[in-house]
Amino acid sequence: MASFTAELDSQPATVDDKRQDYKPQLILYDTSIGTGYDLSNSVFSPDGRNFQVEYAVKAVENGGTAIGIRCRDGVVLALEKLISSKLQKKDANKRIATVDQNIGVVSSGLQPDGRHFVSRARDEAASWRSLYKSAIPVSSLANRMGSYVQAYTLYQSVRPFGITAIVGGWDSEAEAGVDAQVGSGPSVGSGGKSAGAKQGGPYLYMIEPSGLYWGYYGAATGKGRQAAKAELEKLKLSPADGGISLEEGVKEAARIIYVAHEDSKDKEFELEMTWVSAVDGPTKGRHEEVPKELREEAERLAKKALEGEDEEEEKMEE
Amino acid sequence: MVGMATGMLGEDGIHVDMNHLKKGEVNMAINFKDGVILGADSRTTTGAYIANRVTDKLTQVHDTIWCCRSGSAADTQAVADIVQYHLSMYGTTNDEPPTTQTAAAIFQELCYDNKDQLSAGIIIAGWDQRHGGQVYSIPLGGSLHKQSYAIAGSGSTYIYGYCDANWREDMTEEEGISFVKGALREAIKWDGSSGGVIRMVVLTAKGAQRHLYLPDNGYTAPGKQ
Repeated sequence: MASFTAELDSQPATVDDKRQDYKPQLILYDTSIGTGYDLSNSVFSPDGRNFQVEYAVKAVENGGTAIGIRCRDGVVLALEKLISSKLQKKDANKRIATVDQNIGVVSSGLQPDGRHFVSRARDEAASWRSLYKSAIPVSSLANRMGSYVQAYTLYQSVRPFGITAIVGGWDSEAEAGVDAQVGSGPSVGSGGKSAGAKQGGPYLYMIEPSGLYWGYYGAATGKGRQAAKAELEKLKLSPADGGISLEEGVKEAARIIYVAHEDSKDKEFELEMTWVSAVDGPTKGRHEEVPKELREEAERLAKKALEGEDEEEEKMEE
Repeated sequence: MVGMATGMLGEDGIHVDMNHLKKGEVNMAINFKDGVILGADSRTTTGAYIANRVTDKLTQVHDTIWCCRSGSAADTQAVADIVQYHLSMYGTTNDEPPTTQTAAAIFQELCYDNKDQLSAGIIIAGWDQRHGGQVYSIPLGGSLHKQSYAIAGSGSTYIYGYCDANWREDMTEEEGISFVKGALREAIKWDGSSGGVIRMVVLTAKGAQRHLYLPDNGYTAPGKQ
């Protein structure tokens, strides 16, 4: 802001001499900072940027770290829930939401924006069900939510979402019928099915304030995203590298949230973690909270791993 | 209720307002080893008059998802058009073709929500990568039934016995075609408001293949189109 006024002052009087004391709101000057182009949504700066969206990204960068891991047989979502008051009840106030029975959403940034995002995602999932009588595929939900978030960068009456959301879910591999259908067809099953074709599976998407979204094997956002991404890359999550199991994913997710928390150690936090597996897996195709015992075990290992790292560092210093 | 052209149950709750069912016909769809086969006669009547003797009652709503329409021609055409639109949109917006179930769900939604206005009995049959061949039936009230095979139309009443006696699971294409043809020939023989040519569509991984059989040669030719 200091440079903003400085530029105004150094600007030669061009408009009207009688109105020299008038400082125009919109000065086309140094475009590397906002200079007027950041006051409204849906306005480009001359070098093609939308500052309101970039400021929304800043809001995300201050939020607690959220990650998602796409494992071979499921997806894990984890969140570093920073404690804003000691008066809040522990393990209450859940932040990772279920959208349809097989899909979860976690977000970093402005929490009320996250709640609105989840509300819309639930509406989309419900509208899909009412028309197609089946669960929405994760890819289609990500597509619709991407379009929704993008629309909030277009109009003067709104501001962009101050969140980056991670959407994870399991598209059923089971032969699911139409909701409420009666009967089952021939006992030998459907004829002419492509033999051995793999159906359904785990899916993970991350949607940014601009509306941009990609599919990921590992996704991280929020304050500790850099450290988290570095850890995710080490996991070799792509199928070409073998990937990891859901159980490993739970442990790694807990560890990564603890690693990402290292830089804001002074603040207290709770680990919130959910997962969704195949129909024949531990969650039976549903998005659920990771059972308490499993989460606490993962946290214990995470703390141990961090202590181990500290010791190594100390040794190096010696 | 009597006198209203709705095709609903009459005052006694038993007798259907047959006066409204102007289109007599027979059509069916079956599962077989490699997919599904749809078949239908080609007669459209208004009263005793045959309005069209070469009607095509097998309607495509997506590449390998088709339906047999029975009841009001206007109603079923309108419904099939709407479903065709939805399936085309589904294919482009979701980067994958719709399944037979998607089609069945949309057909059912339309038939159930508008049951008071419609007189439509529809059989949906399709082949898709995920589920292979499937047959769904939506009778008058808008309920949805997954079946091994389905028969519909006024002529179908004559072939319940034939179908029950001759139906087998996992038939070859040749066996399937001769089963459908045999059934339709019986319906045409006994039902005054069914007749004309026999049309069929075979839906498999290879796509859609039309068949035509003419009464002139005892429904033996020309076959594949």
